[in-house]
Formats: sequence, structure tokens, C-alpha cells
Amino acid sequence: MHKLLLKGGRVIDPKAGEMFTADILIVEGKVAAIGPALEAGEGAVMDVTGKLVAPGLIDMHVHFREPGFEAKETIASGSRAAARGGFTAVVCMPNTDPVADNRAVISCIKARAQETGLVKVYPVGAITRGIRGEELTEMADLKEAGAVALSDDGRPVASAAVMRRAMQYARMVGLPIISHCEEPALSAGGVMHEGYMSTVLGLPGIPAAAEEIMVARDIILSEYTGCPLHIAHVSTAGSVRLIREAKARGVPVTAEVAPHHFTLTHRAVANYDTSTKVNPPLRTEDDVAALKEALADGTIDVIATDHAPHTLEEKDVEYQLAPFGLVGLETALGLVWTELVIPGVLSPVEAIRKLTVNPARILGLPEGVLKVGGDADITIIDPELVEVVDPATFASKGRNTPFAGRRLQGLPVATIVKGQVVYNRNLAVIW
Amino acid sequence: MMNWKRKDLLGLKDLSAEEIKLILDTAVPMKEILGRRIKKVPTLRGRTVVTLFYEPSTRTRTSFELAAKYLSADSVNISTSASSVVKGESLKDTARTLAAMGADVVILRHPMAGAPVLLARTIRAAVINAGDGTHEHPTQALLDMFTVREKKGELAGLTVAIIGDILHSRVARSNIWGFTKMGARVRVCGPATMMPPEIEVTGAQVCLSIEEALTGADVVMMLRIQLERQQQGLFPSIREYARLFGLNRERLSLARPDALVMHPGPMNRGVEISPEVADGVNSVINEQVTNGVAVRMALLYLLSGGGMPDA
Repeated sequence: MHKLLLKGGRVIDPKAGEMFTADILIVEGKVAAIGPALEAGEGAVMDVTGKLVAPGLIDMHVHFREPGFEAKETIASGSRAAARGGFTAVVCMPNTDPVADNRAVISCIKARAQETGLVKVYPVGAITRGIRGEELTEMADLKEAGAVALSDDGRPVASAAVMRRAMQYARMVGLPIISHCEEPALSAGGVMHEGYMSTVLGLPGIPAAAEEIMVARDIILSEYTGCPLHIAHVSTAGSVRLIREAKARGVPVTAEVAPHHFTLTHRAVANYDTSTKVNPPLRTEDDVAALKEALADGTIDVIATDHAPHTLEEKDVEYQLAPFGLVGLETALGLVWTELVIPGVLSPVEAIRKLTVNPARILGLPEGVLKVGGDADITIIDPELVEVVDPATFASKGRNTPFAGRRLQGLPVATIVKGQVVYNRNLAVIW
Repeated sequence: MMNWKRKDLLGLKDLSAEEIKLILDTAVPMKEILGRRIKKVPTLRGRTVVTLFYEPSTRTRTSFELAAKYLSADSVNISTSASSVVKGESLKDTARTLAAMGADVVILRHPMAGAPVLLARTIRAAVINAGDGTHEHPTQALLDMFTVREKKGELAGLTVAIIGDILHSRVARSNIWGFTKMGARVRVCGPATMMPPEIEVTGAQVCLSIEEALTGADVVMMLRIQLERQQQGLFPSIREYARLFGLNRERLSLARPDALVMHPGPMNRGVEISPEVADGVNSVINEQVTNGVAVRMALLYLLSGGGMPDA
């Protein structure tokens, strides 16, 4: 019988909002007991004294590029990056080639994830065929095949009529819509936030209004149709205000923010570094402050990376020619700790909640909690560990990070999926 | 006298007033060379200057080419169509090829902002930005400043009005940085749809009407309006543009009597500038072209490692 005892850690229960010292006994991939002074018997013991023991982190927004763009990332390399970043489950966006707009592609993604066998991979199905924003996908079939949500992420659903029908149908099927909010007529040609930095750099801008108009539209449609709506990668203060007001009114809307959006501003673009080119773009100091406030007051439910790997050749070009996106899995937890927990924006329990129970609740996943009888998906965090980000050490194929050389404190040191240690940085395991 | 220390000239935003002054001072003896019967000095013999143009341009490219030839450098022109920016050899690979062939100075014109920054990071050769997207066109601004300084003696205290499509103008951006660093006041004026957001952070003052911008100005700089901007919905018609933002004799009378009228060319006569103003006594448009060669000679000289020339 496979047994593993995690000894002496500070266990975080994000659902109850508690943190307490306890051991966790894992038997056959399940949590068998949580309590003081447990014995491993003939099993292995991992000493986690001084570490935080959290439910396995869930990243509800990644691009693993398979099938179709395997030079950027594969399900295998992306899974290794997830494990190294402390994530035990990821949710993959459907903008692959072919697009995950049918049962076959969803099944293919699940099969490849099974073969890799590192972290749990949940696919998102497309809202429209080919993410072209025109015809609805077979949403019921997608759900049956294993899709946990619907999104045309990477592209907005430009037509309000299509989005309205999509929400009506998705609600019937029982899947949430994840919306990439961008009014394409306002963002067309833009490569960075429209503001004084775009003026100085002479780069075409994407105004905050391009995001906010779509956030407003989709909130109105969610309220009208009753369809649960999750706003992906919120980046502006105006979007935050709209979401806060909608939540107060009882609209079934939730929202996520990416670490780069609460850490960096458009000033980071100053030297035309293409690793700062991301959609939505890096915004202003006021937007960053509003995002932090929204994290603290619960307006923003989830922290998700929008992990978007690209090859070196694709990014090593003129700023306007480079594709949008940056990798986030292997810097996310360090940024959450350094930018949010240590400065006191979020408590450790609140931060973990936005990386576990909240995404699980939105997507209807059983993960995100530590409970006896549940899968032993666990992330061990060393809140004191400091590291300088070096992209050369990434497990992801993507090296496109704007955080190279940045000092981060609070890092994952071990990742356990169904009782298997899929990543172990430095913890001793005694048999 | 300070020495030139930079490898490249990518823009005026990061230059100091001293550096700008050094360039302008160096251009004075260069202009003197241009006035000689035999316009050639051996200063850059054995040096290779490459102009790499990803956008069509006659005057800027010719100006650089003549500047190189008058200084006895070998010059090569490479003109590439804009389509090859997207497909084919990347800018970095082209640059590495040129560097491997021994180019000492690469002059780049490119439709995308920041391309010269990428180039300068890639190769050891000196890079001169000859216009990148809507970012900067530093040599144009330097020749404008040289022209104004020659006429007015000093730049500090002058009021410069820049009129037109500021949003898409790299000339405007470089001139704002350059003139404000030298102590001049810069006003910008144009259709609200063609005013970049938060342009005030550059130090420029936004004027809502051309009359406000022109009143008391020492220098009036008119920008070329690209006619395709009308199709993009940025202004309703050429007729209305000319009515609101065109410079004619009557409007020019609001400026100081000795105001200089400038235009980076090529002009749309009868649209942004009336023919009688373009060819009038206040116009220094042709002198701008001559001074462009002198300023570019100065830059080639400085970037090739010279102090003040003894020409």
C-alpha cells in the first residue's frame, strides 16, 4: 500500500478560512487523515516543518498549445511547468489548431494529459466553431467529452447576438462562459495600453474602454440570460467597477486577474521588450491599485496565469510583429506571495483561496480542498524561500517572461498529485 | 567641449541638451564644407555606411547617402518593401548579415516603432534611426533645430507651434523632445482624433485651435497630412481639414512677423499649407533640406568616433 506522511506543516484550509499545524497522511492517492501526530507506519515521511501545506493549486487559464503549436508548448512540457509552479490542475483554453470546438479535440487533449500523467488537465471548449464568433459549438457534446467551461479566449465574441445565444445555450447545458473581453473595433492594431507610454513609444494603443465595453455588455447579457459568466484576465479599474457593481446586484459573474496585471504597468514596455506584449495589455498604476483592491475585497475571485508560451524566434522581432502572451506558471506563486501576501494585500489563506476553492467552485471541480477521502492534490509552499527568476530553468518551452531577474519570495517546494510527488525542489523524503 | 559617447542615435528623448548642442555645433563646419566648390573631405575614408530602408523615402535616404559621400565613406543602399518585414528574413538576421559584411554605421528606416532599438541591441555597428513608425525621427528634428538656431541664434525661449497629425508623427515627437530640452516651448495642435493621449507628459502644450497655437509663435512647423487617414475615419474631409488646420497668409499673421515656416516634406500644397506661405519670405523649407545633409554629416562623423572636426 502506497503511503506518504506530510509531517509538521502548517495546513491551509481555504474553505474554512483556517491555518493550523497538522500532519497529513496520504494512502493510495487519497487523503486518509489530517491531524496531530500521525504515524506513517511502513510509508514514507516528508518533513514539511516550517512549510505551508495547501490544497493543490488550480490555474484556470493556461494555453498548452497542443494540438497544433507544439513548438511553443506541449501538454507534457506545460504539465511539467505547472508541477514546478505548484499547480496540480490546469484549465486549457481551446485556441489550439484544430480548435477545441468538438468532442474529438477535447478527447485528444484528455488522452495526451493522461499519458503525461503529471497534473490534472481540464479542457475548455470553444463557444463558437473555429472561435470565429459565428456558429455555436455542440456544447452538450463538449460537456460530455469533458469540457469544464466554454470560451473563445484569445478572441472576443464580437457579436452581441452570438454571445446572447451562447449564454442561453450554455446555461441550459450547465457550463459557465469564460469571456475574453475586448471590443475588436477599438483594439484593432493596438499592441499596448493606450496612454502616455504608447504616445512616447509611438506604438498603437489599446484603450481601457475596449475591455470595459465588453465587460459591461457581457454582464448585461449574463443578467438577462442568467448564465454564469467568468471574466478572464481583468486588467482595468473600470472593469473592476463594473464587476463590483454587478456582483452587488446579484449577477452571476466572477472574475480573474493574472499576476502580470497586478505586478507590472505599461512602463515595463519602455524598451520595446516583447515579453511585455500581452493581451489585455499591461495598464497604469491606477489600474494595478484597483486590481489589488478588488482582490482584497473579493470582487476578483481568482488568480490565473493566462500562461501563453511562444518560441524565441516568434518573440525576437519588432514589437508590433511579436505575438501576444507571456508564460506565467512558474512565476505565479512567487508573484502572489511577493506582491500580495508579503505586502499584506491578501492573507495567505485568502491568496490560496483564489488559487484553489474559488476556481474549483466556478468550474464545478471536486478539487481545491483538503478533505479526508478526497484526492491527495497538495502544494507545499516555503514562504521564506527566495529566488531570482531565471527563465533558463523553466520547464515550460516558453521563455517569454518579463520577470527575468526579479527577486521572488514564497515559492512552491513540492507538488503532489493524487499522492504522487510530481515536483520536489528540496524536501527530504524518509522511507 | 564634451565628447560623443553613444554607440547609436535612436531618438532625442534620452539625449541631454549638451549632446544635442554637440551635434548642432558639429554640423556648423559640415555646412561650411557643403558650401565649397569641391564638397568632399577624407574624414571617413575606409568607413562603410549602409542605409537600410523598409519604407519608401527619397529625401532622407539621399540626404544620408550624400552626407556619407561628402565625408568619403563608402555607402550602400538597401531598400526593402514593407511586405518583407512580415515575411522573409527577419530584421535581426538582415542586420547580422550587414554587420558580418563590415558595415560601420547602419541607418534604419522602418515602419515599426522600436525597430532601431532591436537593431542596436543586435549589432556592434552604430545605428542611426532614420524614422521608426510613429516613434521618432531624430535627424529630422536635429536639422529643424539647426535651421532654427541658425536663423534665431538661440533655441531657448522660442515658441514652436507644430500643427497637424501629431498622433502619427515621429517628426513631431522628436521635435517636442529636442526643442523642449533646448529650452523652447512647444505647442501642438491638430484634430482631436489625431492627438496622442496624454501628449502633455512630453512637455508639449495642447492648443485647441490653430489660431491659439500660432499666436506669437517664433516657429511654425506644419506636418504632412496623410490623405488615407480620412478613409480611416480620423477626419471628415480634406476640405474641412484645410479649413480648420491649414496654414495661410492670414493665419500666419498671428505669429511673430519674423516667424519661420517649416515643413518636413513632402508637402500637400493647398491642404496643410497654402502655396504663397510655402514659397513666402518666412519659409525656410528649402534650407531645411540643405541643413539635413550637414546634420547627417555631423552624426556620421560623431558616431564614427570623432570629436570636433578640424575641417
